[in-house]
Amino acid sequence: MLNRTAENVARATPEPLARKVRGISDKGLAWLFISPTILLLLAINIFPLFWAIYLSFTNYRANRPNEVVKNLGFANYQRILGDQDIWIAMQTTAHFVFWTILLQTLIGFTLAWLIDRKFRSHAFWTTLILVPMMLSPAVVGNFWRFLYEPQIGLFAYAISFVSGIPPTNIQMLSNVSLAPWSIIIVDTWMWTPYVMLICLAGLRSIPEYIYEAAEVDRASNWRQFWSITLPMALPFIMLAVLFRGIENFKMFDMVNLLTGGGPGSTTEVASITLKRQAFESWRTGYSSAFAIILFVAVFGLANIYVKALNKVKQR
Amino acid sequence: MSLTTAHSVVAPSGASKRIAGAIIIAYALISIVPLLWIFATSFKTPPDSIAYPPKILFQPSLEGYCNLFTTRTRQTPEYINSLGPATSFCDETTRKRNMVIAGPSNFVPRFVNSLIIAFGSTFCAVFLGTLSAYGFSRFKVPLADDLLFFILSTRMMPPIAVAIPIYLMYRELGLSDTALGMILLYTAVNVSLAVWLLKGFIDEIPREYEEAAMIDGYTRLQAFWRTVLPQATTGIAATAIFCLIFAWNEYAFAALLTSGTAQTAPPFIPTIIGEGGQDWPAVAAGTTIFLVPILVFTILLRKQLLRGITFGAVRK
Repeated sequence: MLNRTAENVARATPEPLARKVRGISDKGLAWLFISPTILLLLAINIFPLFWAIYLSFTNYRANRPNEVVKNLGFANYQRILGDQDIWIAMQTTAHFVFWTILLQTLIGFTLAWLIDRKFRSHAFWTTLILVPMMLSPAVVGNFWRFLYEPQIGLFAYAISFVSGIPPTNIQMLSNVSLAPWSIIIVDTWMWTPYVMLICLAGLRSIPEYIYEAAEVDRASNWRQFWSITLPMALPFIMLAVLFRGIENFKMFDMVNLLTGGGPGSTTEVASITLKRQAFESWRTGYSSAFAIILFVAVFGLANIYVKALNKVKQR
Repeated sequence: MSLTTAHSVVAPSGASKRIAGAIIIAYALISIVPLLWIFATSFKTPPDSIAYPPKILFQPSLEGYCNLFTTRTRQTPEYINSLGPATSFCDETTRKRNMVIAGPSNFVPRFVNSLIIAFGSTFCAVFLGTLSAYGFSRFKVPLADDLLFFILSTRMMPPIAVAIPIYLMYRELGLSDTALGMILLYTAVNVSLAVWLLKGFIDEIPREYEEAAMIDGYTRLQAFWRTVLPQATTGIAATAIFCLIFAWNEYAFAALLTSGTAQTAPPFIPTIIGEGGQDWPAVAAGTTIFLVPILVFTILLRKQLLRGITFGAVRK
């Protein structure tokens, strides 16, 4: 035993040569480990971002690379903020974000609350519920076009079966007032499990002794729900809302495949407008300015929201 | 036996459990119907797939899979009769529709692209992520919080906004429509997730292990390699699967930045068309093949899922 300790001490004492081989200091190693990631992000994220900022002040068009680029100052930004179509797109986005978050939070929290009763085989059914959110929104969204087909589609058939409306009248994707809902339904179907999973973690984080104390005080189930369950799960619900809010603000793939922004521009969310301006009209400078505005909006809103979240957490 | 425990939330009563169970099972069953329908449609013939009312019972057929892997041209019955006997099952089904197989479709190359790009970018993201996470976890890095937030904020940008300058940059560098370009881009997007998740996992490994190893004469690098990495394997594996799922499912960048040689499966599958619109059984077949790996991963990951989808914010 003593012998081994001595051996360890001997090994721990570095020889002059070993010290040289060790070479890299902790500080050096830290930078060696971190810098590749930072360099990659600078090259693929930050440099393009600055390029986009530069382009946003010009009239550059990516399909005419040889044309002389003119500096426009803030003209692009002024035009965007005065553009009626952009404001309509922002309203469409807000409508989409609001309803998806509302539905997903209500359904997701209810599901989590029910799963928390821990009925038999709840683990299996929970895993099954989680499946849709892992799949590709584009590939699955594309298939929903088939489910939405007025006559042959399963969705229209099921709705007409329940409601008695002839299936040819259920034009989910081509009816102006139904098209936004067709996207909200798919998004809710896909992402409710996400909110549910986070809410479930929130519910399970509430220590049981609080409920036991409430029982001793004879608080009703209703009272327990409103003054224990909901407030204590609130930071988790807010976190889920944050993640879904950011994701749905940038939503592109599902909308692009389901409606492509149509009919007309009724489902044209901000990302679709951006894609049409940037990759169909090739107004690169103009769309860069719009991209910057969007980024600042997400970033700003997220920051304000995180501050509010931290306040709720501290309470 | 007391009345209070029967009503307690701590131990839900039998009746409330049964009702909760019934609602959850109903929701789960309804929510997987679209997926079951994809699976069923992939085994339908094109006429069966567009029948009204939608067919729940049908004669299964592999025609969708044949159509997924081949391209076909319409021919006169005389020409088809003049051909020799059909050499394969797909040959035979195609001829029944007065068509002949013209060649393989693009599905296999697109699927291979998906594999190369998803696995390549996952490897790079996890490699870089592990190193950075260890750096942030163990060393005092100046401005660490700002750097970590900067890494995360790159994930908040709308993909189309990122795609505009990337499109121009890749055009200049000759990276448009190449697997390398897509791997770089996906690595950059995924590395933020990898750093955040792995930092959480590495934070949980006690520093004492490395310190003991270093007292035993290991260098910091050796201690990292021999004590930290083996303990972080679960975390690294979970992170890798999350990166893989993102890269596998990604559509926006792939649709805008690839068009031919480097196109992945998600932008390709919606373009599978037959005569008169989308060939739904073939689309369903492609979708089924595309979704199976993710289903397997979801089941493998279910314990780590929460952590992955919240960037490590919720650990439990």
